[in-house]
Amino acid sequence: MSTTAETVAGTTEQAPKQGKRQLSEGARAERRLGWLLCAPAVIVMVAVTAYPVGYAIYLSLERYNLELPQDIKFVGLSNYGAVLSSPYWWQALKVTVIITVFSVAITLVLGMLLAMVMHRTLFGRGTVRTASLIPYGIVTVAAAYGWQYAWTPGQGYLSSVFNDSAPLTSEVKAIAVIILAEIWKTTPFMGLLLLAGLSLVPEDLQKAAKVDGATAWQRFTKITLPLMKPAILVALLFRTLDSFRIFDNIFILTQGANNTGSVSVLGYDNLFNALNLGIGSTISVLIFICVAIIAVLFIKGFGTAAPGTDIEAR
Amino acid sequence: MAAVTTPRQKVGWGSANFVVIALALIPVLWMVSLSFKTPAAILDPSFIPASWTWGNYHQILSTSQFLRPLINSIGIGLIATLIAVVLASMAAYAVARLRFPGKSVLIGMALLIAIFPQIALVTPLFNIERSLGLFNTWPGLIIPYVAFGLPLGIYTLSAFFREIPWELEKAAKVDGATPFQAFIRVIAPLAAPGMVTTAILVFLACWNDFLFAISFTSTISSRTAPAAMEYFSGSSQFTVPTGPIAAAAVVITIPIIIFVLFFQRRIVAGLTSGAVKG
Repeated sequence: MSTTAETVAGTTEQAPKQGKRQLSEGARAERRLGWLLCAPAVIVMVAVTAYPVGYAIYLSLERYNLELPQDIKFVGLSNYGAVLSSPYWWQALKVTVIITVFSVAITLVLGMLLAMVMHRTLFGRGTVRTASLIPYGIVTVAAAYGWQYAWTPGQGYLSSVFNDSAPLTSEVKAIAVIILAEIWKTTPFMGLLLLAGLSLVPEDLQKAAKVDGATAWQRFTKITLPLMKPAILVALLFRTLDSFRIFDNIFILTQGANNTGSVSVLGYDNLFNALNLGIGSTISVLIFICVAIIAVLFIKGFGTAAPGTDIEAR
Repeated sequence: MAAVTTPRQKVGWGSANFVVIALALIPVLWMVSLSFKTPAAILDPSFIPASWTWGNYHQILSTSQFLRPLINSIGIGLIATLIAVVLASMAAYAVARLRFPGKSVLIGMALLIAIFPQIALVTPLFNIERSLGLFNTWPGLIIPYVAFGLPLGIYTLSAFFREIPWELEKAAKVDGATPFQAFIRVIAPLAAPGMVTTAILVFLACWNDFLFAISFTSTISSRTAPAAMEYFSGSSQFTVPTGPIAAAAVVITIPIIIFVLFFQRRIVAGLTSGAVKG
């Protein structure tokens, strides 16, 4: 098989055509090693995600309540009919979309400001970064308890500032508090992603525009923003998908009371409170479809570069 | 790096810095303050506790209701991180350095999992873990943590691996090393900083998890710290255990603050390497 390769082996400088056999031999070994190295990661990822997703689709077609183990039955798409005609699903979806839209939009603006502050400052640069990494790193649940107590009338500093209000007991205000907690937690991540994009904007271009008489705002909208567009879109995609699966903050702050539950909270309740595997799986599949739609919208609609495509290109 | 020229601008950016630091720290300081308040002082919304106590810390650290979950959190987090970083390093090496068909499938799969709504896995995994006897065990949490740590690890590490001087590996191969030896002896030590960064990010993700932790556990034998806080009891049946929960929140926040202080640069590099290239 490798006879011709052997005849030319030993000479390091070869014409490409002569070396082709040898290259393909090496390529084969490289390919084997590549697969071998990826195999364990792929096996774990498939076993923990792909297989359960398939299983969830199967479960979603069954009537399956853990309290009635004798009554497991294939029911086709009727679970989907039940969920999609239920006001709970649409309320949860509405809440999730509202939280996602507001928290992502505000986080984008604040993240941009944070990135500017981190980019422009010479003094205390490390301090600002370290401080802003704390909300990113802090356990969401721990922070959520802090917010909950801060808004509890009679004991919370924020509640006392706002005349002992109890925002967590009314729908709109509770959602506002949830959005606030999300913004506090995720702005640093957004800021750091945008900072990386900001450092790609050439300083010369800014200076040239300044010399030409462009105002700071003009420089921001005509130079910085267009050049940062890819970074902004990737950050937005990540944040949107992350926000859409919001669970921890709502679970601690309101437990989904007063119509503040997200789709994730609804799915959790159907599994662990209603013990309904069939409906729970149906909600899981629907959430997965929503996330897929968001991702496709971003990548096809806005032309977001799918992260990792640059790795592929190499 | 822009030149900040006028003193006025300096004051402006300086106060912007101050605002950022204050906004980041006030909620954390509030929790610290709560954790030192006596049960009576908790009903006072002021930031400085009227009367100080170590009682809340004493209470949570003297029972297994929090200590055991804390050990679970550390153990499960470390094991999951170790496995995820080892597996991700192998895959990231292949992605960054080797040509093989199926690479784009791997990257696509990792991306899908990175954006995956975890709740969609909770229902099926709950049933699978029950039937396999993994429910309420360490492996029952370690396995999903590894799976969700892998995409993060593969992205971050392949970005780091592309920066490694490649000629060294070739030199090792010329000297008679097999590709595997070249990987272990030459590339792995050079890759260590990237691996440390990745390990920190994966550990933070495991440490932070709440959904899997409350879904796949039922007792303190495998419940992690964030999930355990929900089950704290007050001094009587009708009091909310605010102080102990605040103390527990501070305890699980301390490692994060230490990580951030020591590895600030690495965390920033790791967070931005995977997402904003090209």
